[in-house]
Amino acid sequence: MNSFQYSRAQDVADAVRQSAADGSAKFIAGGTNLVDLMKYEVERPARLIDISHLPLRAIEEPPGGGLRVGALVPNSDLAWHPQVKERYPLLSSAILAGASTQLRNMASTGGNLLQRTRCLYFYDVATPCNKRKPGSGCAAVGGINRINAILGTSDVCIATHPSDMCVALAALDATVHVVGPEGERAIAMTDFHRLPGDTPERDTNLGANEIVTAIALPARSFRTHYTYLKIRDRLSYAFALVAVAAALEIEGGIIREARLALGGVAHKPWRDPEAEAVLVGQSAERNTFAKAASVVLRDAKGFGHNDFKIDLARRTIIRALDQAAQGTPQSQSDKRIA
Amino acid sequence: MADSNTPVAKASPRSSPMQQISVALTVNGVRRELEIAPWTTLLDALRERLGLTGTKKGCDHGQCGACTVLLDGRPINSCLALAVMQDGSDVTTVEGLARDGTLHPVQQAFIDHDAFQCGYCTPGQICSAVGLISDGRARTRAEIREAMSGNICRCGAYPNIIAAIEEAMKAT
Repeated sequence: MNSFQYSRAQDVADAVRQSAADGSAKFIAGGTNLVDLMKYEVERPARLIDISHLPLRAIEEPPGGGLRVGALVPNSDLAWHPQVKERYPLLSSAILAGASTQLRNMASTGGNLLQRTRCLYFYDVATPCNKRKPGSGCAAVGGINRINAILGTSDVCIATHPSDMCVALAALDATVHVVGPEGERAIAMTDFHRLPGDTPERDTNLGANEIVTAIALPARSFRTHYTYLKIRDRLSYAFALVAVAAALEIEGGIIREARLALGGVAHKPWRDPEAEAVLVGQSAERNTFAKAASVVLRDAKGFGHNDFKIDLARRTIIRALDQAAQGTPQSQSDKRIA
Repeated sequence: MADSNTPVAKASPRSSPMQQISVALTVNGVRRELEIAPWTTLLDALRERLGLTGTKKGCDHGQCGACTVLLDGRPINSCLALAVMQDGSDVTTVEGLARDGTLHPVQQAFIDHDAFQCGYCTPGQICSAVGLISDGRARTRAEIREAMSGNICRCGAYPNIIAAIEEAMKAT
């Protein structure tokens, strides 16, 4: 790890001020990803601004319904919070599908949003990577790309976003609240992360010196028909090859509302309004689900080692929609897929 | 910025710009004060500065769980925690579990069930198990396995580890 200066932020405004005063500074909260990246010298901040003591740990029910989650709520507290388990089981399930107990105890909600990709070449500083070093090239395109993206890729980057929590937040239409030098603003979860395009070094639309302060969940919570189905190389403590968050409103066997978000396949949690539109008004059955899967994957593109993900994604979407429709969400401890 | 929350930066003995920061931790019930560089992990502070080598350095990247300690009662990876950020926290390592010469029930259960071979992962396994039992969320065997998945055992002693945890859970 490189040497760095350390300071503590007194409040959110102070954090923003300190960041604006030092362009090479980074915020640190749980640190589970940032400290790891610093050990690999992928990240080399000259200063860390410790925001972990800021008062952003509340989970509150705002007037008008929904839930507001402070950015420093640890992932484990969020997953096990009674209101989240009861009202937003999709979110709880997705969080518990990710990482390990120890990491969830440390990792913050805001930090989970800002995780960097686990692309092997992003981590390996001996190889080119346009995300780590813009313009250096992409070693994944012609390399070992089993874990890389199949949707929304660009010529210069095929990295995936690693979070499980964010896939559920995208499906639930959450909003990210941020504070920066210009004040507060809210960013729709689906607009928070970016596709790589020709600027893969930018993972998100968070501005320079902006800090995530909260996540807001809307009142609609899909607590009856939902699932988070994550497929990976081992049953626990591994990143998704393909993950699907599915949430449905069903009346009399007919789908009235559908949310479908994918993880492990793109540079951001992948929502596709056209695929969701294919589901609405149709009967909740496999043929319908297969049509939606075909729409999601219409432009999917493999890069060799990850070609299998296209068929895996199709099957996972169908299975997840089936689980959601049946009201039999995937257990995150008993891993048999129903 | 000169208030009580601002870390106290002291001049390095050398003329380099290395920042040294005062940190107070309660480790296994004893208050310990350290002057440390900000990039010192909690793991390194415990092992190298406080001589508590029960906590092991395995991967040093949060992937193996050998460094697991209880921070304010909850299992965390001490290799990914910067010690300066834990000022005022309560840390329990494997050395802090026994009471008055009597092993913690989880330690005793690990012995009774032969829940290790080489033993390198064991301090981390035991700290995770203590945290798991105290938070009470895992009840079934599948839930225990899932909650313990952050602790890797290269010897593959998992069946006996799970059996030990189940027994300790019943006893508490």
